[in-house]
Amino acid sequence: MGSNMAENHPVGFQWVMEARERGARVFHIDPRFTRTSAMSTDWIGIRAGSDIAFLGGVVNYILENERYFEEYVKHFTNAPAIIHEDFVDTEDLDGLFSGWDPEKGKYDPTSWQYAGMEAHGAAGQREQGFETRGEQSGHGGHGGGLQHGEPPEEDLELKHPRCVFQLLKKHYARYTPELVADTCGCSVDDFLEYCSAICDNSGRERTGAFVYSVGWTQHTVGVQYIRTAAIVQQLLGNMGRPGGGIMALRGHASIQGSTDIPTLFNILPGYLPMPHTETYGDFQNFIDANTSPTGWWGHFDAYWVSLMKAYFGENATEGNDWLFHELPRVDDDNSVYWTTLQMLDGNVKGYIIAGENPAVGNSNSKAHRLALAKLDWLVVRDVVEIESAAFWYDSPEIESGELRTEEIPTEIFFLPAATHTEKDGSFTNTQRLLQWHWQATEPKSDCRSELWFYFHLGRMIKQKLAGSEAPRDKLIKALRWEYPTHSAIQEPDAEAVLQEVSGREIESGTFLDGYPKLKADGSTLCGCWIYCGCFKDGVNQTARKEPYWEQGYVAPEWAWAWPANRRLLYNRASADPDGKPWSERKKYVWWDEEQKKWTGLDVPDFEEDKEPGYVPPDDAKAEKAIAGDHPFIMQADGRSWLFVPQGLEDGPLPTHYEPHESPFDNSLYSQRANPRRQQFERPENPYNPVGSEPGSELYPYVATTYRLTEHHTAGGMSRTVPYLSELQPEMFCEVSPELAKEAGLEHGGWATIYSSRSAIEARVLVTDRIPPIEVQGRKTHQIGLPYHWGSRGLTTGGAANDLSSIALDPNVHIQEVKAFSVGIRPGRRPRGAALPRFVEEMRSRAR
Amino acid sequence: MLDSYGPEAKERMGFFTDTSVCIGCKACEVACKEWNLVPEDGLVWTGESYDNTSELGANTWRHVAFIEQSDPLRWLMSSDVCKHCTHAGCLDVCPTGSLFRTEYGTVVVQQDICNGCGYCVPACPFGVLDKRHLPRQDPPALPVLTKEEDGRVWKCTLCYDRLKGGHEPACAKACPTDSIQFGPLDELRERADKRLEKLQAENWNGARLYGRDPGDGVGGFGAFFLLLDEPEVYGLPPDPVVTTRDLPSMYRSAAIAAGAVVAGVLAAFVGGST
Repeated sequence: MGSNMAENHPVGFQWVMEARERGARVFHIDPRFTRTSAMSTDWIGIRAGSDIAFLGGVVNYILENERYFEEYVKHFTNAPAIIHEDFVDTEDLDGLFSGWDPEKGKYDPTSWQYAGMEAHGAAGQREQGFETRGEQSGHGGHGGGLQHGEPPEEDLELKHPRCVFQLLKKHYARYTPELVADTCGCSVDDFLEYCSAICDNSGRERTGAFVYSVGWTQHTVGVQYIRTAAIVQQLLGNMGRPGGGIMALRGHASIQGSTDIPTLFNILPGYLPMPHTETYGDFQNFIDANTSPTGWWGHFDAYWVSLMKAYFGENATEGNDWLFHELPRVDDDNSVYWTTLQMLDGNVKGYIIAGENPAVGNSNSKAHRLALAKLDWLVVRDVVEIESAAFWYDSPEIESGELRTEEIPTEIFFLPAATHTEKDGSFTNTQRLLQWHWQATEPKSDCRSELWFYFHLGRMIKQKLAGSEAPRDKLIKALRWEYPTHSAIQEPDAEAVLQEVSGREIESGTFLDGYPKLKADGSTLCGCWIYCGCFKDGVNQTARKEPYWEQGYVAPEWAWAWPANRRLLYNRASADPDGKPWSERKKYVWWDEEQKKWTGLDVPDFEEDKEPGYVPPDDAKAEKAIAGDHPFIMQADGRSWLFVPQGLEDGPLPTHYEPHESPFDNSLYSQRANPRRQQFERPENPYNPVGSEPGSELYPYVATTYRLTEHHTAGGMSRTVPYLSELQPEMFCEVSPELAKEAGLEHGGWATIYSSRSAIEARVLVTDRIPPIEVQGRKTHQIGLPYHWGSRGLTTGGAANDLSSIALDPNVHIQEVKAFSVGIRPGRRPRGAALPRFVEEMRSRAR
Repeated sequence: MLDSYGPEAKERMGFFTDTSVCIGCKACEVACKEWNLVPEDGLVWTGESYDNTSELGANTWRHVAFIEQSDPLRWLMSSDVCKHCTHAGCLDVCPTGSLFRTEYGTVVVQQDICNGCGYCVPACPFGVLDKRHLPRQDPPALPVLTKEEDGRVWKCTLCYDRLKGGHEPACAKACPTDSIQFGPLDELRERADKRLEKLQAENWNGARLYGRDPGDGVGGFGAFFLLLDEPEVYGLPPDPVVTTRDLPSMYRSAAIAAGAVVAGVLAAFVGGST
């Protein structure tokens, strides 16, 4: 669900095909019948933006029909935990949870806590602060401040009215097959067929897995989509077991790597939080606030200090709090969309774009182009001159006269980038596998790798600041910035960087073999604690290439997986509470009674010698506070969370909300969309009328954007390549024969698709693969829009993201582009100044 | 068939394209073009489902067909290629010897010998052979492709150069699901028979083999297929026959006819003189 795996991850999809060949049932649940659907055993068409209703229905089915894996649920999840007596569910507040503050537009999560627990433990404290923040929850959600690894109150019988299990039952009771069908537009039979199939393929003997991609994340309830799947998988006992899990497929070669060692504003390597202004001044307070008393986040100080030692070497000492006071602070939402809006207001002077093409790839790309034109300077590093570098002379706004080249003050530096074949480095894939790749050829002319660019940029800045006494320059002066270089262009040695990432004992220079070796006393350095050990024994572990047929199927000798070369996280859950495999067929990691240790096919995700019957003493800290039968060691209570007491901005349980822009009202609550979503209504980002609001009939169709196998994201790397461009040479839209008839569209002709933001044109592909659906008793149509095109390259065309708006998920600030509303009419779009006039005219008619 | 190679003859190599696992990624098309420096074939959106390549030709040696069916909803994908026929009409009619049968049993055009006469073009029952007309000269895809109008015939070589180096053809190498399998033809036929048996036992989607039978009109394909519908659905001839099959008898008839004419004329002269 939420993934078009065959088209966008064709190489990984070979394993799905292999599973199908061995008799696995493959369901594809998607608005469109895609190449993935064609390869699956079953396809269920649903309305874009209705997945929580669908999955909530599955939860309800599992509970109603008692198909859950009882032993797993009781012991490994927080189903028995009793929740605070002030908690009130959406079922009783018409779509809101308790704690909603309408003034601030956000939740106070106090009432979502475990009963008997002090509110705002570790992670909770970091949740306070800025209105639009909430960034911690997307990565980590470190767990509550439990004093030992058990919720204060629990009911192992699962009968207590406020235990998680009963709350779950109540929350999803109305998600019946009929409601699912009416909300999602699928049939009751198809839905039930799916429910029984996934239940039949779960339990002791069998496991089932979910695959998702940005079809789930790119919603104003994106995080909650994945949470709903997590609930299903926990109830069915499919986590931490072979053949189970929830696979997040990444859209680009190292997206996983770019969150582990982040390109994000709010985290440092290994999901350590950037310090915020409110913790300024007190280092110990910062450490305490981020240290969970229980679980592996109990060693936060060791991870932090080792990172500072990697950054600053001998300049970071215990005496200066490891330079904590010099670190930059997060004082606001600095995510990409917020920054872009700030740019529009003239508050951002300079900007560096590397490996992104916001003028095509970001939601409401027109707003991004207008914003770039407000900068003083802009650096674009890419392999070709993409739209984000060329907007000042070649863009729809230049054509329409909304921008004039001679009036744009932005000075643009285009710096050509080397491709992956022109440099060494590692990719981290969706399985957290670091795979090394070698340079095949020297970069051409001025093209340079990212590593080269940032290393030499840093080197030159340090040179320029060498004599500076300004306090603001102290940190840059303190940076360790010594890497060996090679070749005529002085390319930094990528392996030297990997060694630093992996970590060493400083005194001896010995490579560390894993994160348990990290120390808080400054004796170790490590650039990313979760990657610790990837250069174990002085060997580049990520460069190992022993194929699976020369070892077991787990293939531990192929590359290196974080953490600790562990291929399957939380794999202690593959054994029952006593440490025995749930079944012979699904055995993976188990307790060896004779040797008194955990063993199996993978590196056990548990302390090797912790007995299954271990009960932590009351004063136990960190991992010692986790019981021997609690596999989810990164959580404070060692259990997986059906109900999330803290860490999420928009509620402890996923709830069906309509997309921010949807032609429908919410059939469950009068609260239509996620109340906590981020909205930015302003002239550059107007919203369509929705649901039963007057004017919504002008934007009556559900649009969803997607990628094609033949192109790569915003197109910079494919629209410029003849062999790829010829395979999909033009922007098109997919519509059903019924919609074509209704809107007067002709197959092979042109259509203009419009929203309140803009209008684009596309060739019309009429196909049965995107059939009309019936929702809330009303026939509705969906329109498919690939988003690869822009104004540059061998093939050019309308950018689908010109139509979408900036409306974001509150936890991770991701845009909602997988479901929004549009109108469509035959013919090409108006040209020049007539384009904004047309968009404005439609809007005024809607008002 | 490879007797003339004597001890240099190799095992006959071929493709088994199993369309039941083809995901339509077109990696075969791209890999083929990359390896063989085949030029881009025009940036034309066809509206024929996701197929903007349309057909095999001088500039397209692998072509993935996309067939949308509505009842039941199916989307068939199949990577087409030169069949490397056992009885290859193209080879029979080539007057220069440019087309030849390699030691692997494959059929290859030698570009330095082809004179562009085009006899082979109508001789192919599948429409594979085609004269190259470069759609555009500017900007060139690669320096080597900047040649003027070509006019010679180009087609799949089953990566003859890679075979000589002990490698599998580029398309098979790039195929992520092993829809394109390369190997000794005998092995492939055996594998295909087993595959068909399995799919038919599972009642999977109407599976059938196409071009596997050595007794068919072209003596079996060196590159054969497992299809999920009638060949016509994929734009393939249901019962292909080598176009030169009837040539011997045609020559015989022609000779008889010519003989009759000569006899008649002679008879006329003889008759006239008496």
